Amino acid sequence: MTSTDDLIASLAADAKPVRRLRPPLVRAAAWLALFVALVGAVTLATGAWPEMFARLRDQRFAVELTATFVTGLAAVIAAFYLSLPDRSRFWAFLPVPPLALWLASSGYECYRNWIELGPQGWRLGRSSDCFVFILTMSIPVAVALYWVLRRAKPLDVTRVLAIGGLGVAALSAATLQFYHPFDVTVIDLAVHVIAVLIVIGVMTAAGKNGPRILPSKI
Amino acid sequence: MGVVTNFETQTASDEWAGLMAAAQSGDAASYRRLLTAVTPYLRSVAGRHHRDRADIEDSVQDILLTVHAVRHTYDPARPFKPWLVAIARRRIIDRLRGQGRRRARETFLAPEHETFAAPETNTYEAEPDARALRDAVAQLPEGQRQAVTLLKIEEKSLKEASQATGMSIVALKVSTHRAVKTLRKILERGREKT
Repeated sequence: MTSTDDLIASLAADAKPVRRLRPPLVRAAAWLALFVALVGAVTLATGAWPEMFARLRDQRFAVELTATFVTGLAAVIAAFYLSLPDRSRFWAFLPVPPLALWLASSGYECYRNWIELGPQGWRLGRSSDCFVFILTMSIPVAVALYWVLRRAKPLDVTRVLAIGGLGVAALSAATLQFYHPFDVTVIDLAVHVIAVLIVIGVMTAAGKNGPRILPSKI
Repeated sequence: MGVVTNFETQTASDEWAGLMAAAQSGDAASYRRLLTAVTPYLRSVAGRHHRDRADIEDSVQDILLTVHAVRHTYDPARPFKPWLVAIARRRIIDRLRGQGRRRARETFLAPEHETFAAPETNTYEAEPDARALRDAVAQLPEGQRQAVTLLKIEEKSLKEASQATGMSIVALKVSTHRAVKTLRKILERGREKT
């Protein structure tokens, strides 16, 4: 009993003013705006936009790219909500509909390629490049997202970072489309999915072992 | 009754929300009032999951420490209690999981589990047999028996033994030494027989 009273006394003595976190949607929007601005600047500088506009005339591609990007947005927003103690766990399902659309539209394209090209539809496009691109880009983006999310000191770090990992990987995959002007083959799709799973896995593992790696957790 | 309780809970939560908002801006008195006020409530929440009083108290302290660490995540526009309960649940679950892991790995050691690496130390037959020793002492020659009885069994000092028997200290030492040797022989013979 007394030790709990002592604890309360020492916690009260440590009642320094704290800066309240802004609402999760505001924080997510700020982070995403910075991301879009950076990627926009880089893609403009590398002259990737004219080709992108040309490809966006293909409705299926437009749907796929939008779904990929929206998956990224939704997952990042969900991660910000989930990092707070009193928000519903159902936020974790926010990225599910766009994710389903993303997989369905790339899957459909694979199927069409397969029908049209026969065995050629199974060729390994430039998948290894995509793989490396998604993983390489995910590292700095993941670190940047982690940096902001850890301010909330999430109680369930693993869940937050798993969803955050999906967001990071989806945003990287959307960015990849600027430098990946090919039709998707089955192998390409598999490679994208594997890259996304690796990013999620690494971030989840980082969450599990976080207290040993990064000190700012509880 | 239910309506009254709900109303009371509502007011408590509102009051706690106000106290937490003050605590966030560094008001130590409000913070202390808040933590003192929520502690009995946290005890009752923890009491639903732990049987041991010590576990309940440890969980309550875990929760208070976590509340302190994440107090910047509370938004005063939202109700306080769900925020507190979410933290409490998490910490209680963490403790229960830890206990589950420990129980799976460790076994409580009762006295009957006690054992030693050397096998002979665990057999009752090998325990020193007081009766055999008494018999062996009885078989000793007079001088040796007296010396052993006084010095080893009655645990008298050499001086006292010397006064009691009239033997010199040196003679007593020699007799004891010989007696121990003889005893060892007698006991070994006895063990070979059995």
